[in-house]
Amino acid sequence: MPNSDFVIKTEQLSKIFKVGFWGRRVTAVDGLSLDVHRGEVFGFLGPNGAGKTTTIKMLMGLIYPTSGTASIFGHPIGDPQAKAKLGFLPESPYFYDYLTGSEFLRFYGHLFGLWGSTLEKRVDELLDTVGMSHARDLQLRKFSKGMLQRVGIAQALINDPELVVLDEPMSGLDPIGRKEVRDLILRLKESGKTVMFSSHILHDAEMLCDRVAMIMKGKLVACGPVSELIAQGTTHEVEMVIDRLLPEALERIRPLAGKVVLQGERVMVVLTSQQAVDQALCVIHAAKAKLVALTPHKASLEDLFIREANVIQSTKEAPVS
Amino acid sequence: MKVLSIALNTFRENLRDKLLYNLLIFALLMIGSSLLLMRLTLGEFHRLLLDIGLGSVNIFSVLIAIFVGIGLVSKEIDKKTIYTIVSKPVARFEFLLGKFLGLTITLFVNMLIMTAALLVVLMAQSVPIEAVLFKAIGLILLECMVVTAVALLCSTFTSATLSAIFTLAIYVIGHLTADLKTFGQKMEGFGRSVLEGMYYLLPNLERFNLKGHVTHQLDVPLNELALIVAYGMAYTAFLLLLASVIFQRRDFR
Repeated sequence: MPNSDFVIKTEQLSKIFKVGFWGRRVTAVDGLSLDVHRGEVFGFLGPNGAGKTTTIKMLMGLIYPTSGTASIFGHPIGDPQAKAKLGFLPESPYFYDYLTGSEFLRFYGHLFGLWGSTLEKRVDELLDTVGMSHARDLQLRKFSKGMLQRVGIAQALINDPELVVLDEPMSGLDPIGRKEVRDLILRLKESGKTVMFSSHILHDAEMLCDRVAMIMKGKLVACGPVSELIAQGTTHEVEMVIDRLLPEALERIRPLAGKVVLQGERVMVVLTSQQAVDQALCVIHAAKAKLVALTPHKASLEDLFIREANVIQSTKEAPVS
Repeated sequence: MKVLSIALNTFRENLRDKLLYNLLIFALLMIGSSLLLMRLTLGEFHRLLLDIGLGSVNIFSVLIAIFVGIGLVSKEIDKKTIYTIVSKPVARFEFLLGKFLGLTITLFVNMLIMTAALLVVLMAQSVPIEAVLFKAIGLILLECMVVTAVALLCSTFTSATLSAIFTLAIYVIGHLTADLKTFGQKMEGFGRSVLEGMYYLLPNLERFNLKGHVTHQLDVPLNELALIVAYGMAYTAFLLLLASVIFQRRDFR
Protein backbone atom coordinates (compact mmCIF):
# COMPACT_ATOMS: atom_id res chain seq x y z
CA MET A 1 0.00 0.00 0.00
CA PRO A 2 2.04 2.96 -1.17
CA ASN A 3 1.03 5.60 1.27
CA SER A 4 3.63 7.79 2.80
CA ASP A 5 1.78 9.19 5.79
CA PHE A 6 2.86 8.16 9.21
CA VAL A 7 0.70 6.23 11.58
CA ILE A 8 3.17 6.45 14.43
CA LYS A 9 5.92 9.02 14.69
CA THR A 10 8.23 9.45 17.63
CA GLU A 11 10.86 12.13 18.03
CA GLN A 12 13.64 11.88 20.59
CA LEU A 13 11.36 9.89 22.85
CA SER A 14 13.00 9.15 26.20
CA LYS A 15 11.95 7.59 29.45
CA ILE A 16 13.95 7.71 32.63
CA PHE A 17 12.63 5.69 35.54
CA LYS A 18 13.49 6.45 39.11
CA VAL A 19 14.02 3.22 40.98
CA GLY A 20 14.61 2.32 44.58
CA PHE A 21 14.42 4.40 47.71
CA TRP A 22 16.97 6.95 46.55
CA GLY A 23 15.38 7.36 43.13
CA ARG A 24 18.33 6.07 41.13
CA ARG A 25 17.79 7.11 37.50
CA VAL A 26 17.61 4.34 34.94
CA THR A 27 17.25 5.21 31.27
CA ALA A 28 14.83 2.76 29.67
CA VAL A 29 14.38 4.53 26.34
CA ASP A 30 16.94 6.98 25.04
CA GLY A 31 16.15 9.49 22.29
CA LEU A 32 14.11 7.15 20.14
CA SER A 33 12.96 8.52 16.78
CA LEU A 34 11.04 6.26 14.44
CA ASP A 35 8.09 6.22 12.07
CA VAL A 36 5.57 3.54 11.25
CA HIS A 37 3.96 3.94 7.84
CA ARG A 38 0.36 3.26 6.97
CA GLY A 39 -0.42 -0.29 5.88
CA GLU A 40 2.88 -1.88 6.84
CA VAL A 41 3.81 -4.60 9.29
CA PHE A 42 6.41 -3.05 11.52
CA GLY A 43 8.63 -5.18 13.73
CA PHE A 44 10.00 -3.68 16.90
CA LEU A 45 12.93 -5.83 17.88
CA GLY A 46 15.42 -6.02 20.64
CA PRO A 47 16.67 -8.25 23.42
CA ASN A 48 14.81 -8.56 26.71
CA GLY A 49 15.01 -5.33 28.65
CA ALA A 50 15.89 -3.23 25.61
CA GLY A 51 12.99 -0.84 26.14
CA LYS A 52 10.45 -2.28 23.69
CA THR A 53 7.61 -2.58 26.18
CA THR A 54 8.41 0.82 27.72
CA THR A 55 8.19 2.43 24.27
CA ILE A 56 4.91 0.69 23.50
CA LYS A 57 3.50 1.70 26.89
CA MET A 58 4.41 5.30 26.15
CA LEU A 59 2.64 5.08 22.80
CA MET A 60 -0.44 3.60 24.48
CA GLY A 61 -0.56 6.37 27.10
CA LEU A 62 0.19 4.04 29.99
CA ILE A 63 3.35 5.84 31.00
CA TYR A 64 4.47 9.37 30.29
CA PRO A 65 7.67 10.12 28.36
CA THR A 66 10.37 11.99 30.29
CA SER A 67 11.18 13.95 27.13
CA GLY A 68 10.51 13.89 23.42
CA THR A 69 7.23 13.62 21.57
CA ALA A 70 5.20 10.97 19.84
CA SER A 71 2.05 11.02 17.80
CA ILE A 72 -0.41 8.46 16.52
CA PHE A 73 -2.45 9.38 13.43
CA GLY A 74 -1.14 12.90 13.94
CA HIS A 75 -2.68 13.17 17.42
CA PRO A 76 -0.49 13.40 20.50
CA ILE A 77 -0.24 10.13 22.41
CA GLY A 78 -3.02 9.56 24.90
CA ASP A 79 -5.50 11.50 22.76
CA PRO A 80 -8.90 9.74 22.74
CA GLN A 81 -9.19 10.28 18.97
CA ALA A 82 -5.98 8.30 18.47
CA LYS A 83 -7.03 5.64 20.98
CA ALA A 84 -10.33 5.15 19.16
CA LYS A 85 -8.44 3.98 16.06
CA LEU A 86 -6.01 1.60 17.69
CA GLY A 87 -6.03 -1.85 19.20
CA PHE A 88 -3.51 -3.02 21.76
CA LEU A 89 -2.48 -6.41 23.08
CA PRO A 90 -0.18 -6.11 26.12
CA GLU A 91 2.71 -8.45 26.82
CA SER A 92 1.69 -11.72 28.54
CA PRO A 93 -1.82 -10.42 28.95
CA TYR A 94 -3.83 -10.85 32.10
CA PHE A 95 -7.52 -10.35 31.80
CA TYR A 96 -10.61 -10.35 33.94
CA ASP A 97 -10.61 -14.06 34.66
CA TYR A 98 -14.14 -14.05 36.09
CA LEU A 99 -15.60 -13.11 32.71
CA THR A 100 -16.55 -15.52 29.98
CA GLY A 101 -15.13 -15.15 26.48
CA SER A 102 -18.16 -13.29 25.15
CA GLU A 103 -18.69 -11.13 28.27
CA PHE A 104 -15.06 -10.14 28.03
CA LEU A 105 -15.34 -8.92 24.45
CA ARG A 106 -18.67 -7.25 25.11
CA PHE A 107 -17.12 -5.26 27.96
CA TYR A 108 -14.39 -3.90 25.69
CA GLY A 109 -16.97 -3.19 23.02
CA HIS A 110 -18.89 -1.01 25.49
CA LEU A 111 -15.74 1.03 26.07
CA PHE A 112 -15.86 1.98 22.38
CA GLY A 113 -19.53 2.79 22.60
CA LEU A 114 -20.65 -0.41 20.88
CA TRP A 115 -23.94 -1.84 22.14
CA GLY A 116 -26.78 -4.08 21.05
CA SER A 117 -26.86 -6.17 17.91
CA THR A 118 -23.87 -4.43 16.30
CA LEU A 119 -21.77 -5.49 19.25
CA GLU A 120 -23.17 -9.04 19.36
CA LYS A 121 -22.35 -9.46 15.68
CA ARG A 122 -18.85 -8.13 16.18
CA VAL A 123 -18.25 -10.43 19.18
CA ASP A 124 -19.37 -13.49 17.21
CA GLU A 125 -17.22 -12.49 14.24
CA LEU A 126 -14.14 -11.97 16.38
CA LEU A 127 -14.52 -15.17 18.36
CA ASP A 128 -14.74 -16.91 15.02
CA THR A 129 -11.71 -15.06 13.59
CA VAL A 130 -9.50 -16.14 16.49
CA GLY A 131 -11.02 -19.63 16.58
CA MET A 132 -12.55 -19.28 20.02
CA SER A 133 -16.26 -19.69 19.28
CA HIS A 134 -16.32 -22.82 21.42
CA ALA A 135 -15.17 -20.88 24.48
CA ARG A 136 -17.68 -18.05 24.40
CA ASP A 137 -19.35 -19.18 27.63
CA LEU A 138 -16.22 -20.39 29.40
CA GLN A 139 -14.68 -18.22 32.12
CA LEU A 140 -11.25 -16.86 31.26
CA ARG A 141 -9.75 -18.46 34.39
CA LYS A 142 -10.14 -21.81 32.62
CA PHE A 143 -8.35 -20.67 29.47
CA SER A 144 -4.90 -21.91 28.45
CA LYS A 145 -2.19 -19.39 27.64
CA GLY A 146 -2.77 -19.79 23.93
CA MET A 147 -6.51 -19.22 24.36
CA LEU A 148 -5.87 -16.10 26.44
CA GLN A 149 -3.58 -14.76 23.76
CA ARG A 150 -6.30 -15.32 21.18
CA VAL A 151 -9.08 -13.55 23.07
CA GLY A 152 -6.48 -10.90 23.83
CA ILE A 153 -6.02 -10.37 20.12
CA ALA A 154 -9.80 -10.38 19.70
CA GLN A 155 -10.19 -7.57 22.28
CA ALA A 156 -7.53 -5.58 20.42
CA LEU A 157 -9.65 -5.84 17.26
CA ILE A 158 -13.07 -5.11 18.79
CA ASN A 159 -13.17 -1.56 17.41
CA ASP A 160 -11.95 -2.60 13.95
CA PRO A 161 -8.81 -0.51 14.52
CA GLU A 162 -6.64 0.98 11.80
CA LEU A 163 -3.52 0.36 13.85
CA VAL A 164 -2.90 -2.80 15.85
CA VAL A 165 -0.06 -2.81 18.37
CA LEU A 166 0.93 -6.20 19.72
CA ASP A 167 3.52 -6.54 22.48
CA GLU A 168 5.30 -9.89 22.20
CA PRO A 169 2.32 -11.60 20.58
CA MET A 170 4.21 -14.83 20.00
CA SER A 171 5.88 -15.31 23.36
CA GLY A 172 4.83 -18.38 25.26
CA LEU A 173 2.93 -19.88 22.35
CA ASP A 174 3.54 -23.31 20.85
CA PRO A 175 4.55 -23.55 17.16
CA ILE A 176 0.93 -23.92 16.05
CA GLY A 177 -0.13 -20.91 18.09
CA ARG A 178 2.72 -18.88 16.66
CA LYS A 179 1.77 -19.79 13.13
CA GLU A 180 -1.80 -18.75 13.82
CA VAL A 181 -0.67 -15.38 15.13
CA ARG A 182 1.54 -14.93 12.07
CA ASP A 183 -1.35 -15.75 9.77
CA LEU A 184 -3.57 -13.34 11.63
CA ILE A 185 -1.01 -10.53 11.31
CA LEU A 186 -0.82 -11.18 7.56
CA ARG A 187 -4.62 -11.15 7.31
CA LEU A 188 -4.68 -7.80 9.11
CA LYS A 189 -2.13 -6.44 6.67
CA GLU A 190 -4.19 -7.70 3.73
CA SER A 191 -7.22 -5.87 5.04
CA GLY A 192 -5.22 -2.64 4.99
CA LYS A 193 -4.39 -2.31 8.66
CA THR A 194 -1.08 -1.19 10.09
CA VAL A 195 0.47 -3.65 12.49
CA MET A 196 3.30 -2.92 14.89
CA PHE A 197 4.56 -5.77 16.98
CA SER A 198 7.48 -6.24 19.29
CA SER A 199 9.40 -9.44 19.50
CA HIS A 200 12.71 -10.91 20.41
CA ILE A 201 12.07 -13.84 18.11
CA LEU A 202 13.79 -12.63 14.96
CA HIS A 203 12.66 -15.42 12.74
CA ASP A 204 9.03 -14.33 13.06
CA ALA A 205 9.91 -10.74 12.32
CA GLU A 206 11.91 -11.69 9.25
CA MET A 207 8.98 -13.59 7.81
CA LEU A 208 6.32 -10.98 8.55
CA CYS A 209 7.70 -7.48 8.58
CA ASP A 210 7.97 -4.91 5.85
CA ARG A 211 10.22 -2.84 8.05
CA VAL A 212 11.83 -3.36 11.40
CA ALA A 213 13.44 -1.22 14.07
CA MET A 214 15.98 -2.71 16.38
CA ILE A 215 16.59 -1.22 19.78
CA MET A 216 19.22 -2.04 22.35
CA LYS A 217 19.59 -0.52 25.77
CA GLY A 218 16.91 1.98 24.88
CA LYS A 219 18.63 3.26 21.73
CA LEU A 220 17.64 2.72 18.14
CA VAL A 221 20.44 0.79 16.43
CA ALA A 222 18.84 -0.01 13.08
CA CYS A 223 15.65 0.79 11.25
CA GLY A 224 14.50 0.03 7.74
CA PRO A 225 13.20 -2.64 5.36
CA VAL A 226 14.28 -6.13 6.42
CA SER A 227 16.12 -6.88 3.16
CA GLU A 228 18.15 -3.66 3.36
CA LEU A 229 19.12 -4.23 6.95
CA ILE A 230 20.26 -7.75 6.26
CA ALA A 231 22.30 -6.66 3.25
CA GLN A 232 24.03 -3.86 5.16
CA GLY A 233 27.61 -4.87 5.81
CA THR A 234 26.75 -8.51 6.21
CA THR A 235 29.15 -10.96 4.61
CA HIS A 236 27.68 -13.97 2.91
CA GLU A 237 29.29 -17.05 4.33
CA VAL A 238 29.77 -20.34 2.55
CA GLU A 239 30.36 -23.53 4.45
CA MET A 240 32.32 -26.35 2.77
CA VAL A 241 32.65 -29.91 3.95
CA ILE A 242 35.54 -31.80 2.40
CA ASP A 243 36.66 -35.42 2.69
CA ARG A 244 40.15 -36.84 2.09
CA LEU A 245 41.86 -33.48 2.17
CA LEU A 246 45.61 -33.93 2.45
CA PRO A 247 47.41 -31.82 5.09
CA GLU A 248 49.35 -29.77 2.52
CA ALA A 249 46.14 -28.93 0.65
CA LEU A 250 44.53 -27.99 3.96
CA GLU A 251 47.40 -25.63 4.66
CA ARG A 252 46.70 -23.90 1.33
CA ILE A 253 43.05 -23.51 2.18
CA ARG A 254 43.58 -22.40 5.76
CA PRO A 255 44.62 -18.78 4.88
CA LEU A 256 41.46 -18.40 2.77
CA ALA A 257 39.09 -19.64 5.43
CA GLY A 258 37.48 -17.82 8.31
CA LYS A 259 37.16 -20.97 10.32
CA VAL A 260 38.50 -24.52 9.97
CA VAL A 261 37.13 -27.46 11.90
CA LEU A 262 38.67 -30.93 11.69
CA GLN A 263 36.35 -33.86 12.26
CA GLY A 264 38.52 -36.96 11.77
CA GLU A 265 38.89 -37.47 8.00
CA ARG A 266 36.48 -34.67 7.33
CA VAL A 267 37.24 -30.96 7.22
CA MET A 268 34.72 -28.18 7.56
CA VAL A 269 35.77 -24.71 6.41
CA VAL A 270 33.86 -21.47 6.42
CA LEU A 271 34.68 -19.01 3.66
CA THR A 272 33.56 -15.44 3.53
CA SER A 273 34.07 -14.32 -0.07
CA GLN A 274 33.31 -15.64 -3.50
CA GLN A 275 36.97 -15.34 -4.42
CA ALA A 276 37.99 -17.54 -1.49
CA VAL A 277 35.38 -20.10 -2.51
CA ASP A 278 36.72 -20.24 -6.07
CA GLN A 279 40.30 -20.63 -4.87
CA ALA A 280 39.36 -23.32 -2.36
CA LEU A 281 37.49 -25.23 -5.06
CA CYS A 282 40.62 -25.16 -7.24
CA VAL A 283 42.73 -26.52 -4.38
CA ILE A 284 40.23 -29.29 -3.68
CA HIS A 285 40.10 -30.22 -7.33
CA ALA A 286 43.89 -30.27 -7.68
CA ALA A 287 44.29 -32.32 -4.48
CA LYS A 288 41.65 -34.79 -5.69
CA ALA A 289 39.78 -34.37 -2.44
CA LYS A 290 36.04 -34.93 -2.26
CA LEU A 291 33.67 -32.01 -1.77
CA VAL A 292 30.82 -33.37 0.35
CA ALA A 293 28.75 -30.24 0.84
CA LEU A 294 28.77 -26.59 -0.09
CA THR A 295 26.24 -24.59 1.83
CA PRO A 296 25.74 -20.86 1.37
CA HIS A 297 24.59 -19.22 4.64
CA LYS A 298 21.93 -16.66 4.09
CA ALA A 299 22.42 -13.64 6.28
CA SER A 300 19.58 -13.12 8.71
CA LEU A 301 18.32 -10.53 11.11
CA GLU A 302 19.93 -12.60 13.79
CA ASP A 303 23.39 -11.80 12.40
CA LEU A 304 22.58 -8.12 12.48
CA PHE A 305 21.15 -8.46 15.95
CA ILE A 306 24.21 -10.19 17.32
CA ARG A 307 26.56 -7.79 15.54
CA GLU A 308 24.77 -4.79 17.03
CA ALA A 309 24.69 -6.42 20.44
CA ASN A 310 28.46 -6.94 20.21
CA VAL A 311 29.01 -3.32 19.23
CA ILE A 312 27.06 -2.16 22.27
CA GLN A 313 28.91 -4.64 24.44
CA SER A 314 32.34 -3.55 23.21
CA THR A 315 31.62 0.14 23.75
CA LYS A 316 30.78 -0.58 27.36
CA GLU A 317 33.34 -3.24 28.23
CA ALA A 318 36.79 -4.36 27.23
CA PRO A 319 36.79 -6.49 24.08
CA VAL A 320 35.86 -10.07 24.78
CA SER A 321 38.42 -12.58 23.56
CA MET B 1 -21.82 5.01 29.38
CA LYS B 2 -18.17 3.97 29.69
CA VAL B 3 -18.31 4.69 33.40
CA LEU B 4 -21.43 2.57 33.67
CA SER B 5 -19.94 -0.38 31.84
CA ILE B 6 -16.84 -0.27 34.04
CA ALA B 7 -19.14 -0.05 37.07
CA LEU B 8 -21.20 -3.03 35.94
CA ASN B 9 -18.06 -4.99 35.20
CA THR B 10 -16.77 -4.22 38.70
CA PHE B 11 -20.11 -5.26 40.16
CA ARG B 12 -19.93 -8.52 38.22
CA GLU B 13 -16.36 -9.05 39.44
CA ASN B 14 -17.49 -8.53 43.04
CA LEU B 15 -20.41 -10.91 42.59
CA ARG B 16 -18.01 -13.62 41.46
CA ASP B 17 -15.64 -13.02 44.37
CA LYS B 18 -15.75 -15.41 47.33
CA LEU B 19 -14.73 -12.72 49.82
CA LEU B 20 -18.06 -10.99 49.39
CA TYR B 21 -20.07 -14.11 50.14
CA ASN B 22 -18.00 -14.93 53.21
CA LEU B 23 -18.64 -11.47 54.63
CA LEU B 24 -22.30 -11.57 53.70
CA ILE B 25 -22.85 -14.98 55.32
CA PHE B 26 -21.13 -13.77 58.49
CA ALA B 27 -23.32 -10.69 58.55
CA LEU B 28 -26.47 -12.75 58.16
CA LEU B 29 -25.29 -15.12 60.90
CA MET B 30 -24.66 -12.16 63.22
CA ILE B 31 -28.09 -10.71 62.55
CA GLY B 32 -29.64 -14.15 63.16
CA SER B 33 -27.59 -14.69 66.31
CA SER B 34 -29.22 -11.66 67.91
CA LEU B 35 -32.27 -13.89 68.33
CA LEU B 36 -30.21 -16.26 70.48
CA LEU B 37 -28.57 -13.48 72.46
CA MET B 38 -31.96 -12.01 73.17
CA ARG B 39 -32.80 -15.06 75.25
CA LEU B 40 -29.80 -14.35 77.49
CA THR B 41 -30.81 -10.74 78.12
CA LEU B 42 -33.05 -9.27 80.71
CA GLY B 43 -35.46 -6.75 79.18
CA GLU B 44 -34.63 -4.27 76.36
CA PHE B 45 -35.00 -7.02 73.75
CA HIS B 46 -35.88 -4.57 71.03
CA ARG B 47 -32.85 -2.46 71.73
CA LEU B 48 -30.57 -5.49 71.55
CA LEU B 49 -32.02 -6.67 68.26
CA LEU B 50 -31.67 -3.24 66.68
CA ASP B 51 -28.18 -2.71 68.12
CA ILE B 52 -26.76 -6.00 66.91
CA GLY B 53 -28.64 -5.87 63.62
CA LEU B 54 -27.57 -2.37 62.64
CA GLY B 55 -24.08 -2.94 64.02
CA SER B 56 -23.69 -6.02 61.80
CA VAL B 57 -24.93 -4.19 58.71
CA ASN B 58 -22.50 -1.38 59.49
CA ILE B 59 -19.39 -3.44 60.30
CA PHE B 60 -19.74 -5.87 57.41
CA SER B 61 -20.52 -3.14 54.88
CA VAL B 62 -17.45 -1.20 56.04
CA LEU B 63 -15.33 -4.36 55.82
CA ILE B 64 -16.50 -4.90 52.24
CA ALA B 65 -15.85 -1.24 51.45
CA ILE B 66 -12.30 -1.45 52.81
CA PHE B 67 -11.22 -4.86 51.61
CA VAL B 68 -12.83 -4.76 48.20
CA GLY B 69 -12.10 -1.03 47.92
CA ILE B 70 -8.33 -1.35 48.32
CA GLY B 71 -8.25 -3.94 45.52
CA LEU B 72 -10.39 -1.92 43.09
CA VAL B 73 -7.42 -0.19 41.48
CA SER B 74 -4.37 -2.01 42.85
CA LYS B 75 -5.63 -5.37 41.59
CA GLU B 76 -6.10 -3.91 38.11
CA ILE B 77 -2.54 -2.59 38.18
CA ASP B 78 -1.02 -5.78 39.64
CA LYS B 79 -2.87 -8.00 37.20
CA LYS B 80 -2.09 -5.57 34.38
CA THR B 81 -5.72 -5.56 33.29
CA ILE B 82 -5.57 -1.79 33.41
CA TYR B 83 -3.30 -1.78 30.32
CA THR B 84 -6.18 -2.79 28.10
CA ILE B 85 -8.52 -0.21 29.66
CA VAL B 86 -6.31 2.86 29.67
CA SER B 87 -5.23 2.18 26.08
CA LYS B 88 -8.88 2.37 25.03
CA PRO B 89 -10.58 5.77 24.68
CA VAL B 90 -11.35 5.86 28.40
CA ALA B 91 -10.14 8.76 30.53
CA ARG B 92 -8.44 7.72 33.73
CA PHE B 93 -10.98 9.52 35.89
CA GLU B 94 -13.77 7.63 34.10
CA PHE B 95 -12.04 4.41 35.08
CA LEU B 96 -11.81 5.47 38.74
CA LEU B 97 -15.38 6.65 38.80
CA GLY B 98 -16.56 3.38 37.24
CA LYS B 99 -14.69 1.31 39.81
CA PHE B 100 -16.12 3.44 42.61
CA LEU B 101 -19.68 3.18 41.31
CA GLY B 102 -19.27 -0.57 40.83
CA LEU B 103 -18.41 -1.10 44.47
CA THR B 104 -21.19 1.27 45.52
CA ILE B 105 -23.68 -0.87 43.59
CA THR B 106 -22.23 -3.98 45.27
CA LEU B 107 -22.55 -2.37 48.70
CA PHE B 108 -26.10 -1.29 47.94
CA VAL B 109 -27.17 -4.80 46.90
CA ASN B 110 -25.45 -6.29 49.94
CA MET B 111 -27.15 -3.87 52.24
CA LEU B 112 -30.51 -4.69 50.67
CA ILE B 113 -29.96 -8.35 51.55
CA MET B 114 -28.75 -7.57 55.07
CA THR B 115 -31.60 -5.13 55.65
CA ALA B 116 -34.09 -7.72 54.46
CA ALA B 117 -32.66 -10.21 56.96
CA LEU B 118 -32.80 -7.59 59.71
CA LEU B 119 -36.42 -6.75 58.90
CA VAL B 120 -37.35 -10.43 59.02
CA VAL B 121 -35.78 -10.73 62.50
CA LEU B 122 -37.44 -7.53 63.71
CA MET B 123 -40.84 -8.49 62.37
CA ALA B 124 -40.57 -11.99 63.82
CA GLN B 125 -40.11 -10.40 67.22
CA SER B 126 -42.76 -7.77 66.46
CA VAL B 127 -40.39 -4.87 67.00
CA PRO B 128 -41.94 -1.65 65.67
CA ILE B 129 -40.12 -0.55 62.50
CA GLU B 130 -39.66 3.21 62.22
CA ALA B 131 -38.53 5.48 59.40
CA VAL B 132 -35.35 6.39 61.26
CA LEU B 133 -34.14 2.80 60.80
CA PHE B 134 -34.03 3.31 57.03
CA LYS B 135 -32.40 6.69 57.42
CA ALA B 136 -29.74 5.03 59.57
CA ILE B 137 -29.15 2.33 56.94
CA GLY B 138 -28.99 4.98 54.21
CA LEU B 139 -26.30 6.81 56.14
CA ILE B 140 -24.36 3.56 56.61
CA LEU B 141 -24.26 3.33 52.81
CA LEU B 142 -23.03 6.92 52.65
CA GLU B 143 -20.36 6.19 55.27
CA CYS B 144 -19.27 3.18 53.17
CA MET B 145 -19.02 5.43 50.12
CA VAL B 146 -16.68 7.75 51.99
CA VAL B 147 -14.64 4.75 53.20
CA THR B 148 -14.53 3.34 49.65
CA ALA B 149 -13.29 6.68 48.36
CA VAL B 150 -10.57 6.69 51.05
CA ALA B 151 -9.55 3.15 50.04
CA LEU B 152 -9.57 4.12 46.38
CA LEU B 153 -7.48 7.21 47.04
CA CYS B 154 -4.91 5.19 49.03
CA SER B 155 -4.70 2.52 46.37
CA THR B 156 -3.84 5.07 43.69
CA PHE B 157 -0.48 5.71 45.31
CA THR B 158 0.41 2.80 47.55
CA SER B 159 0.24 -0.99 47.87
CA ALA B 160 -2.86 -2.95 48.87
CA THR B 161 -1.54 -3.73 52.37
CA LEU B 162 -0.66 -0.13 53.16
CA SER B 163 -3.98 1.01 51.69
CA ALA B 164 -5.82 -1.37 54.03
CA ILE B 165 -3.88 -0.05 57.03
CA PHE B 166 -4.43 3.62 56.08
CA THR B 167 -8.11 3.10 55.37
CA LEU B 168 -8.71 1.22 58.62
CA ALA B 169 -6.83 3.94 60.51
CA ILE B 170 -8.89 6.68 58.88
CA TYR B 171 -12.06 4.74 59.64
CA VAL B 172 -11.17 4.50 63.34
CA ILE B 173 -9.95 8.11 63.59
CA GLY B 174 -13.01 9.20 61.60
CA HIS B 175 -15.18 7.97 64.44
CA LEU B 176 -13.07 9.75 67.05
CA THR B 177 -12.70 13.21 65.48
CA ALA B 178 -14.87 14.76 68.22
CA ASP B 179 -12.22 13.62 70.71
CA LEU B 180 -9.54 15.23 68.54
CA LYS B 181 -11.35 18.53 68.81
CA THR B 182 -11.86 18.25 72.56
CA PHE B 183 -8.22 17.30 72.99
CA GLY B 184 -7.16 20.22 70.78
CA GLN B 185 -9.17 22.68 72.82
CA LYS B 186 -7.20 21.68 75.88
CA MET B 187 -3.93 22.48 74.13
CA GLU B 188 -2.42 25.73 73.02
CA GLY B 189 -0.48 27.11 70.06
CA PHE B 190 0.84 24.76 67.41
CA GLY B 191 -0.59 21.52 68.89
CA ARG B 192 -4.01 23.06 68.94
CA SER B 193 -3.81 24.16 65.30
CA VAL B 194 -2.64 20.70 64.22
CA LEU B 195 -5.44 18.89 66.02
CA GLU B 196 -8.07 21.35 64.82
CA GLY B 197 -6.71 21.04 61.28
CA MET B 198 -7.01 17.26 61.53
CA TYR B 199 -10.54 17.60 62.87
CA TYR B 200 -11.63 19.51 59.80
CA LEU B 201 -9.55 17.52 57.30
CA LEU B 202 -10.46 13.98 58.36
CA PRO B 203 -13.93 12.63 57.63
CA ASN B 204 -16.26 12.94 60.60
CA LEU B 205 -17.76 9.47 60.28
CA GLU B 206 -19.65 9.76 63.55
CA ARG B 207 -22.02 12.11 61.69
CA PHE B 208 -23.30 9.09 59.73
CA ASN B 209 -24.04 7.11 62.88
CA LEU B 210 -27.76 7.12 63.70
CA LYS B 211 -27.78 3.85 65.64
CA GLY B 212 -28.43 5.71 68.90
CA HIS B 213 -31.40 7.46 67.33
CA VAL B 214 -32.83 4.15 66.13
CA THR B 215 -32.59 2.37 69.45
CA HIS B 216 -34.04 5.34 71.32
CA GLN B 217 -36.65 5.88 68.60
CA LEU B 218 -35.60 9.47 68.00
CA ASP B 219 -36.31 10.74 64.52
CA VAL B 220 -33.85 12.92 62.60
CA PRO B 221 -35.38 15.98 60.92
CA LEU B 222 -35.02 16.00 57.13
CA ASN B 223 -33.05 19.24 56.97
CA GLU B 224 -30.45 17.78 59.31
CA LEU B 225 -30.38 14.58 57.26
CA ALA B 226 -29.92 16.59 54.06
CA LEU B 227 -26.94 18.35 55.61
CA ILE B 228 -25.32 15.04 56.54
CA VAL B 229 -25.95 13.65 53.05
CA ALA B 230 -24.48 16.79 51.48
CA TYR B 231 -21.42 16.49 53.74
CA GLY B 232 -20.93 12.82 52.78
CA MET B 233 -21.35 13.49 49.06
CA ALA B 234 -19.03 16.49 49.09
CA TYR B 235 -16.37 14.60 51.04
CA THR B 236 -16.60 11.62 48.65
CA ALA B 237 -16.38 13.91 45.63
CA PHE B 238 -13.32 15.63 47.11
CA LEU B 239 -11.58 12.28 47.71
CA LEU B 240 -12.40 11.04 44.20
CA LEU B 241 -11.09 14.26 42.70
CA LEU B 242 -7.85 13.92 44.65
CA ALA B 243 -7.58 10.26 43.60
CA SER B 244 -8.11 11.26 39.94
CA VAL B 245 -5.38 13.90 40.11
CA ILE B 246 -2.89 11.36 41.51
CA PHE B 247 -4.05 8.61 39.16
CA GLN B 248 -3.78 10.88 36.12
CA ARG B 249 -0.06 11.41 36.73
CA ARG B 250 0.75 7.81 37.44
CA ASP B 251 2.93 5.58 35.24
CA PHE B 252 1.71 2.00 34.89
CA ARG B 253 4.98 0.09 34.88
